[in-house]
Amino acid sequence: MGLHAATIKGDFPILDRMIDGKRLVFLDSANSTQKPRQVIEAMAEFMRNSYAPVNRSSYRLAAESNDCYERARAVTQRFINARKPHEVIFTKNATEALNLVVQSWGRANLSSEDAVLLTHMEHHANIVPWQMLQAEKGFAIRWVPLTTDGQLDLTDLDRLLVGVKAFSFTAMSNVLGTITPVRRLTDAAHAAGAIAIVDGCQYVPHHATDVSAMGADFLAFSSHKLCGPTGIGVLWAHEALLDAMPPFLGGGNMISDVRLDGFDTAELPAKFEAGTPPIIEAVGLGAAIEYLESIGMAEIRQHEMDLTVYALNLLKDRFGDDIHIYGPDNIEVRGATLSFDFRGIHPHDVSQVLDQTNVCVRAGHHCAKPLMRILGTPATTRASFYIYNDESDADALADALDSATDIFGF
Amino acid sequence: MPGLEDLYREIILDHYRTPRNRGALETPPAVVAQGHNPLCGDEIQVYLLVEDGVVRDVKVGGQGCSISQSSASMMTQAVKGKPVADAHRVLDAFRRMMGLDVDGEPEDVNLGDLEALQGVVKFPVRIKCATLAWTTLAQAMDEAGA
Repeated sequence: MGLHAATIKGDFPILDRMIDGKRLVFLDSANSTQKPRQVIEAMAEFMRNSYAPVNRSSYRLAAESNDCYERARAVTQRFINARKPHEVIFTKNATEALNLVVQSWGRANLSSEDAVLLTHMEHHANIVPWQMLQAEKGFAIRWVPLTTDGQLDLTDLDRLLVGVKAFSFTAMSNVLGTITPVRRLTDAAHAAGAIAIVDGCQYVPHHATDVSAMGADFLAFSSHKLCGPTGIGVLWAHEALLDAMPPFLGGGNMISDVRLDGFDTAELPAKFEAGTPPIIEAVGLGAAIEYLESIGMAEIRQHEMDLTVYALNLLKDRFGDDIHIYGPDNIEVRGATLSFDFRGIHPHDVSQVLDQTNVCVRAGHHCAKPLMRILGTPATTRASFYIYNDESDADALADALDSATDIFGF
Repeated sequence: MPGLEDLYREIILDHYRTPRNRGALETPPAVVAQGHNPLCGDEIQVYLLVEDGVVRDVKVGGQGCSISQSSASMMTQAVKGKPVADAHRVLDAFRRMMGLDVDGEPEDVNLGDLEALQGVVKFPVRIKCATLAWTTLAQAMDEAGA
């Protein structure tokens, strides 16, 4: 049974909002998703009734708050099929999760003799942290190139992996919508003696995720892209890896002892959660995950595949050669993220016109400038669909694009 | 389209369709400055030739949206052939029109066609588009010691 889009729309209060008398057509979920009342209410209820600091105070309310925080960790663990709750580290966002891997694992394990493998479709968050450490350590960064239809070109993968210690890649491109063959990549990494780091920001909100089936060593993703609040992200890694790594941020909560001459780190997960964590946000993340699970991740993926096919066909039928949609046509290897060029009209102008009918899309480089250079364009317009979108939203996008032609069709 | 008349004025679209002073100048004697709009990835180059205290020539390369390209086009017309001091006055007046902080007392400067860009102020995310060429011109003037 498919998901019921109208019911889901009704769960998102912001979608009732009218601007200039017109409904909101939110097609920017690859950027950040809207929040259902289940998440809003869980966070409000927690603040009203159960909020207290975690991990330090001994009164009953603090214990209750602690339970709520740790429950969110257990929900997250189950969601990605991790073996142990303390393999789930809460960070500020996915960017911080990737910086944690680079600054802790990378700093301890990489030298000028080594190489790191990335891909041409990475988000800046999976490029810049490596470049920052590279400036200090002098290791090489290699790149998996792309095929003409926007998939990873794996022809030379084994050669690229020779001498590589870490292969870090996205499970789904935030620009092209391409879903990468995660298991094949993690297997290739391991065969070459490298660890595999998976950027799951665009993948996890849309697919059932199983870290064991992925074969990943690290997985990073964010809460705000899966209907949860901003301010919290997740890093998952095998316990043994996390135990062997030095801490990332120092401060309260991450220590077992501090002396004038040094400190001892706390056990996992506290070791990587310095300072007061995002407690309220964790409760929201847990509620968001449970909300998605109540719909069903398989149903979510099916809904997005159906909607993507509908939108691709609609746009191509309506606009023919006037629209160029990036990324693969094969729905099996693409998500509901559609980056496109429309009649050569600059994406900023396209999005400005779409905004007049409250069609919210992103225009720009999508934090993937190396990819944009390879695509040969400074910017694209990107429409990205999620559980609360349906065919009427794709129709609204197509209608709004007609208006762009009215102004810029010269 | 209702609501967008203030932004996409005909003169703006005209400069976008047929941008003036597009291209490059030989460096040296000209200088070139590179400008980026971090929001959208637009990149432009402003080439500037200053001789005897006068902006002899100015050209713009790169790409961008209708607002950034038309603003760049109108900018070249507004400063080309002008004494450097006048070019600075236009630069300051334009930035003030865009709501940016500029040192010194405002002067009465006729911005001509550039007044058409006033509507951009109502669309705050586009101000960076409109000012990209100007910020880059200011860098080029610095570079030229002008």
